[in-house]
Amino acid sequence: MSEALSKPEPSLRVLIVDQNVTRASILEEGLREGGYQHVTVLREMHNLMRRIVEIDPDVIVIDLENPNRDVLEQMFQVSRVVRRPIAMFVDRSDTDMIEAAVDAGVGSYVVDGLKKERVKSVLDTAISRFKAFNKLREELDLARQALDERKIVDRAKGILMKQRGMSEEAAYALLRKAAMNENRRLSEVAQSVVTAASLFK
Amino acid sequence: MNSVQMNGGTPTVVGFIPLLDCAPLAVAAEKGFASEEGLDLRLVRETSWANIRDRVVVGHFDAAHMLGPMAIASTLGIGHIKVPMAAPLSLGLGGNAITVSLRVWDAMLAEGAVVGGDPRALANALRRVVHARDGAHKSQLTFAMVYPFSAHNYELRYWLAAAGIDPDRDVRLVVIPPPLLVDAMREGQIDGFCVGEPWNSVAVAVGVGCIVVPTTAIWRLSPEKVLGCRLEWMQRHPDRLQALVRALHRAAQWCEDPANHQELARLLAEPRYVGTPADILLRGLSNRLRLYPAGELQHLPDFYVPASRAATFPWVSHALWFYSQMVRWNQVAFDESHVAQVRATYRPDVYRLALAGFDAVPTQDSKIECAPEGFFDGRRFDPDDLTSYLRTFMSR
Repeated sequence: MSEALSKPEPSLRVLIVDQNVTRASILEEGLREGGYQHVTVLREMHNLMRRIVEIDPDVIVIDLENPNRDVLEQMFQVSRVVRRPIAMFVDRSDTDMIEAAVDAGVGSYVVDGLKKERVKSVLDTAISRFKAFNKLREELDLARQALDERKIVDRAKGILMKQRGMSEEAAYALLRKAAMNENRRLSEVAQSVVTAASLFK
Repeated sequence: MNSVQMNGGTPTVVGFIPLLDCAPLAVAAEKGFASEEGLDLRLVRETSWANIRDRVVVGHFDAAHMLGPMAIASTLGIGHIKVPMAAPLSLGLGGNAITVSLRVWDAMLAEGAVVGGDPRALANALRRVVHARDGAHKSQLTFAMVYPFSAHNYELRYWLAAAGIDPDRDVRLVVIPPPLLVDAMREGQIDGFCVGEPWNSVAVAVGVGCIVVPTTAIWRLSPEKVLGCRLEWMQRHPDRLQALVRALHRAAQWCEDPANHQELARLLAEPRYVGTPADILLRGLSNRLRLYPAGELQHLPDFYVPASRAATFPWVSHALWFYSQMVRWNQVAFDESHVAQVRATYRPDVYRLALAGFDAVPTQDSKIECAPEGFFDGRRFDPDDLTSYLRTFMSR
């Protein structure tokens, strides 16, 4: 991973603005492991400006689901109190980096004048941690979906067992056969059994 | 049309922000205007303007519902990387308003303000409120808008400044995303805002705000959002872009027809579009707004114009006016070399190619913006004489 290649600078102050607690912790942990000692996480959007002035970050990392991104952009446009951070990487050669960041769902702002080599490792870490989080979320969604599907199949089996006096194995076999014949997913067939049963109640 | 073959089934991905003026996009996708042009239009709802910009820049979106000034800022490289944008269509005129909290409205009433009154008189009443607070050492009023490079920012500033309120010194100006504005006002974080519908009407409906000035009262036929894409994308996909312009133009005409307003309000009320109640969306669509919580619906002619009055035409003078305001408010220093880039961002030429043989379109690219369709303070904007125009703001 590029994370290991670019050298972190422990002295940089990094601010994470993320309303998702889990994702923020994953990133915070990643940065601390990478040697960053000054990492602050902001979940509350109240008094964002004052908090930023207090923290005085060199780099700000924000999730792209966060509508408060526009709030940050404005602060940096007009503020005379905050040292001017600017949207990450402002020359054309950085589009790959921006693309990787946007793909991962993370945006970042860097105090104007800070050399990009110094902050690259922060963004690398943010990108890889956001990706890890996305993967985790997908896996969780899949697991949840699998669980939901199992539940619906169990209910359909129960209906068939009760109404047709079938054994559990026979009920399952019937559902599978119907699914194969109709070229549908087992859970879809189960769902239609459950729906039909509720209509004929 | 044989454009179905032409576009070969490649999806056209367009980002939007949940606001009333995303209507032509929703209608193009839902009512067959896009598919009639052979387009597989996929809309993606976004949460911030910065995301819209970034996702257009990296190519996630082929085009987007974009703030007019945002397209210009991107072309000039202000605040972000310089990526030339093209705006071949305007997504309607107007649709914005300035709303203040009931507390500020009461204070304005005490200073002689009248509901639906003259914008200058209203701004003067606000100035007296601002000065009284200043004299009493109370905290400054805070006004919100939605993005630094937006018509909302410039309209709000224009109105405040006309009464001698310096938007950078006499009040605090902040950005708050549209869906969060009403809560911020309820919680007392902000005293006023300038935003597009339905958010002004939402503030009135939930009893936290009062609409003081529809921005049509500031500039009768004022520009707003555009269809924006990267210039490079436009050059690679001229046919697809023209098909999109046609689809959106026809969708915008559908949006303006009063016979469709009920259906359109219900469509936009769906969570995948704007997600606010249909009856509130209907107010902006039908140009009938309730200005304060106990008030009657009031007819505001031309409040939101999706299609007629050449509302979809990307006037170069609009682009130049936005640029003049960027300069006026120190977002960028005036530079003669900017002018050509600003002109090249709005693309009436592409609009004309797209609509050739469909509709009568303006033959000029630019016009002088003045009464009766112009500004309430009587200023005249000659797009060919930016420096004189800018000078009129300096002698305050």
